[in-house]
Amino acid sequence: MDPSRKFDRVADVAIDDGRIVEIAPRIAQKGRREVDARGLAVLPGFIDMHVHLREPGREDAETIETGTAAAARGGFTAVACMPNTQPVNDSEAVTTYILKRAREVSKIAVYPIGAITRGSRGETLAEIGEMVRAGIVAISDDGHPVSDGQVMRRALEYSRLFNLPVIDHCEDEALAAGGVVHEGYWSTKLGLRGISPAAEEVQVARDAILARQTGARIHIAHLSTRKSLETVTRARREGGVNLTCEVTPHHLLLTDERVAAYDTHAKMNPPLRGRDDVDALVEGIASGAVDVIATDHAPHTLGDKMLEFDRAPFGVVGLETAVSLVCDRFVRPGVIGLGRLAELFSLNPARILNLERGTLTPGAWADITVLDLGRQTEVRAATFASRGRNTPFEGWSLCGGPAMTVVRGKVVWSA
Amino acid sequence: MASLSQKDLLSIEQLSVDDIGLVLDTAEALREVSARAVKKVPALRGKTVINLFFEPSTRTRSSFELAEKRLSADILNFSASSSSVTKGETLLDTARNLEAMAPDIIVIRHASAGAPHLLGTECRSSVVNAGDGMHEHPTQALLDALTVRSMKGRLEGLKLAIIGDISHSRVARSDTLLFHKMGAEVWVCGPPTLIPADFHLLGARVTGFMEEAIEGADVVMMLRLQNERQNEAFIPSTREYFNLYGLSRERMRGARKNAIVMHPGPMNRGVEIESEVADADYSVILDQVANGVATRMAVLYLLSGNSGLKPGRESR
Amino acid sequence: MRKIKGKSLMTAAEIDLVLTRMAAEIVEKLGPEEAFAVIGIRRRGVPLARRLCRRIEAAVKRPVPLGILDITLYRDDLTAIGNRPMLRETLIDFDIDNRSLVLVDDVLYTGRTIRSALDGLVDLGRPRRVQLAVLVDRGHRELPIQADYVGKTVQTEEDETVEVRLEEEDGEERVVLLGKTQPAAGTRKARGAKSPGRGGGA
Repeated sequence: MDPSRKFDRVADVAIDDGRIVEIAPRIAQKGRREVDARGLAVLPGFIDMHVHLREPGREDAETIETGTAAAARGGFTAVACMPNTQPVNDSEAVTTYILKRAREVSKIAVYPIGAITRGSRGETLAEIGEMVRAGIVAISDDGHPVSDGQVMRRALEYSRLFNLPVIDHCEDEALAAGGVVHEGYWSTKLGLRGISPAAEEVQVARDAILARQTGARIHIAHLSTRKSLETVTRARREGGVNLTCEVTPHHLLLTDERVAAYDTHAKMNPPLRGRDDVDALVEGIASGAVDVIATDHAPHTLGDKMLEFDRAPFGVVGLETAVSLVCDRFVRPGVIGLGRLAELFSLNPARILNLERGTLTPGAWADITVLDLGRQTEVRAATFASRGRNTPFEGWSLCGGPAMTVVRGKVVWSA
Repeated sequence: MASLSQKDLLSIEQLSVDDIGLVLDTAEALREVSARAVKKVPALRGKTVINLFFEPSTRTRSSFELAEKRLSADILNFSASSSSVTKGETLLDTARNLEAMAPDIIVIRHASAGAPHLLGTECRSSVVNAGDGMHEHPTQALLDALTVRSMKGRLEGLKLAIIGDISHSRVARSDTLLFHKMGAEVWVCGPPTLIPADFHLLGARVTGFMEEAIEGADVVMMLRLQNERQNEAFIPSTREYFNLYGLSRERMRGARKNAIVMHPGPMNRGVEIESEVADADYSVILDQVANGVATRMAVLYLLSGNSGLKPGRESR
Repeated sequence: MRKIKGKSLMTAAEIDLVLTRMAAEIVEKLGPEEAFAVIGIRRRGVPLARRLCRRIEAAVKRPVPLGILDITLYRDDLTAIGNRPMLRETLIDFDIDNRSLVLVDDVLYTGRTIRSALDGLVDLGRPRRVQLAVLVDRGHRELPIQADYVGKTVQTEEDETVEVRLEEEDGEERVVLLGKTQPAAGTRKARGAKSPGRGGGA
């Protein structure tokens, strides 16, 4: 299956020297190694364009080695890692360090994302050009919004020089008002400070306007409300904007009711929303309004998470559950097909990040995700390759998920 | 046989109508103890109670302490200032250290909503929530209910108006849940900036107009307004606040004859309540304080056999 | 109303007769004293105390104060049992200092209820003397306690239960002996503990 060229049939795939050489119904020539994928789905390699690998700085929570191992187990052949490390990836030196570590320890591709502003403080531009030279594929201050409209505008204008996507964490901090959960019945009932959906929606609207004015490429990270999605859809329908968005599996599957027992494994930013928002996001992945599913994989140590709810950090892990969750909840019931799945997890992230990936064309790198839609698994954080155990899906029984991850022709993980 | 089915008292939400009735009946029976010459009974002899207060609180803490002493419990007081919390120890570490001292009951007051839940899930001891952030203050609601029931003979069918800063008030939440559960008609009233989202779903009618809330009310409960709210742009000024939401004698005329006035304290005279109202004979603010001890004795008594039960999750 | 089977120990007429006799004995011993009072132990000691009180008042021709004592808070098995026994109010609205008191209960068994009651009274003041009146003494004492006035002494096995059924509480009037195989009538029985205030209890 390759949605990049509308290919969908039973076929053999021949790989040589890390690249796809031929895809045909029957390839007679004997291979050095053959993998029997009968009954499985062979898709272009999945890319998670929103992960936090924590290295450098918080290696106790995750490392490039453990994070990428988790990604391989989750069916991902590549990840793009956010710059909110310690130090922040706002310079060529940090970018280079991440890429060097990745070459040493990672079996999958790692694409660093650089900071928009120095220290992600939202004040002055980071040395974007130097980071591009070192290998970043996008810029983002993820974890923080770029609150100052003028700074955002400058960053957008500047990014055009490199055709670089700007990934924005949309949150009006004044409106968010130190909230820790979605503002609504549950925040009221639990006595937790609520984050108004307007905090996100106001900035998505601002970004849509700035995207039009500057002509730059904006990708909205972890979009979580119906209104945000409507804003993106409306701007795109009007034309003349380069605006894309991603949603996370947890925003597609959980509502704010999940925080009822003050479980910090359900605390993330943006927060879990209400039923109506969740429904809108699910409609969005089916209709094409949503471009990408990304995990926002945010590992934290248990010690950091086992705190009072309002003091615990935001974030959940997702690399090892995302594909299985989407297969079980959306592909098997027919909400989306395999072609759409490949767009959400492979083709679209590749296009947004300008990667020569997301396709199974002869000549392309042989990055392949093999899915087994009949495979039964149960989410057990204790068995994760990731150091992060902070999943809200513990104990979920899932049917369907990754069976094999192939990077440049090499099987880096198989079930 | 009478007992609360759960190990902990974390919220009004977890209590059934029968549970609430049981606490109130038990508290009523225990009021007699505080009227004795020797105000002490041996019901909790040999039991250890830890008072874990992460927020300054004179009233609630004294009330709990007195209740514990009247039941002959051994008491350990542990407050944020004297604790290792300032040294960066987490709540769970603190709790586990205390747990090692084998207390039977831990009474906790904490600025974070849900902190007692965290403790309850991790500890064998029974945990009593003495106020957690903006979440709940169950013993306050129970003592309010005891006070109202003593004065009015019932809770069902009464109109209760809770007035003030609903957003930041755990008392408003617990009282709303309790009185609604017991069949009273609950109204909450305050400036729209201080009414949290979807509050009506907790079982209250919501209004911004005090006259509407007070009209025909049997009970008027005033909440404290923190001075900070002015700086945080919730209200323009305390003066305007009093004009719109302060309880004056004149406003009380809208309430039912024989209506009573309550306040969980500490009061801001002249901000949310006129002095003359606070001191009037229909004010039962001091009865609330007296009932607080009996209510907390009842809760401690009813929970004192439950430590070691499986940690209870809150029912929804 | 639930009927209880079992060997009959006393009929309504016998209970009435015995109470009259006990009241006479109390009057004989305490009658000359100015200040004495009757205190019923919850639950079935209370109606018995009320009946005794009425008979005594008729004899001495002056009001005799009646108090109600709830011994729950003084039970010695509170630590051992999980469920909390239902607490009821103690209602003694007179000063017990320097007064003679007659404690009234339905059945005297292990003596633990009376021990609790004495502790409870001590917390309320310093009576001049405390005497004990019971309708049935069934033996098997676990503490050195004895009654001053006994309605009837019966021989029982340890695992049997003596049930006092009173009109005010139970809608019928008799005393029965239940064997070990028969279910105890009460629902108030504590898990794994003898329940006080009941024939089968302390």
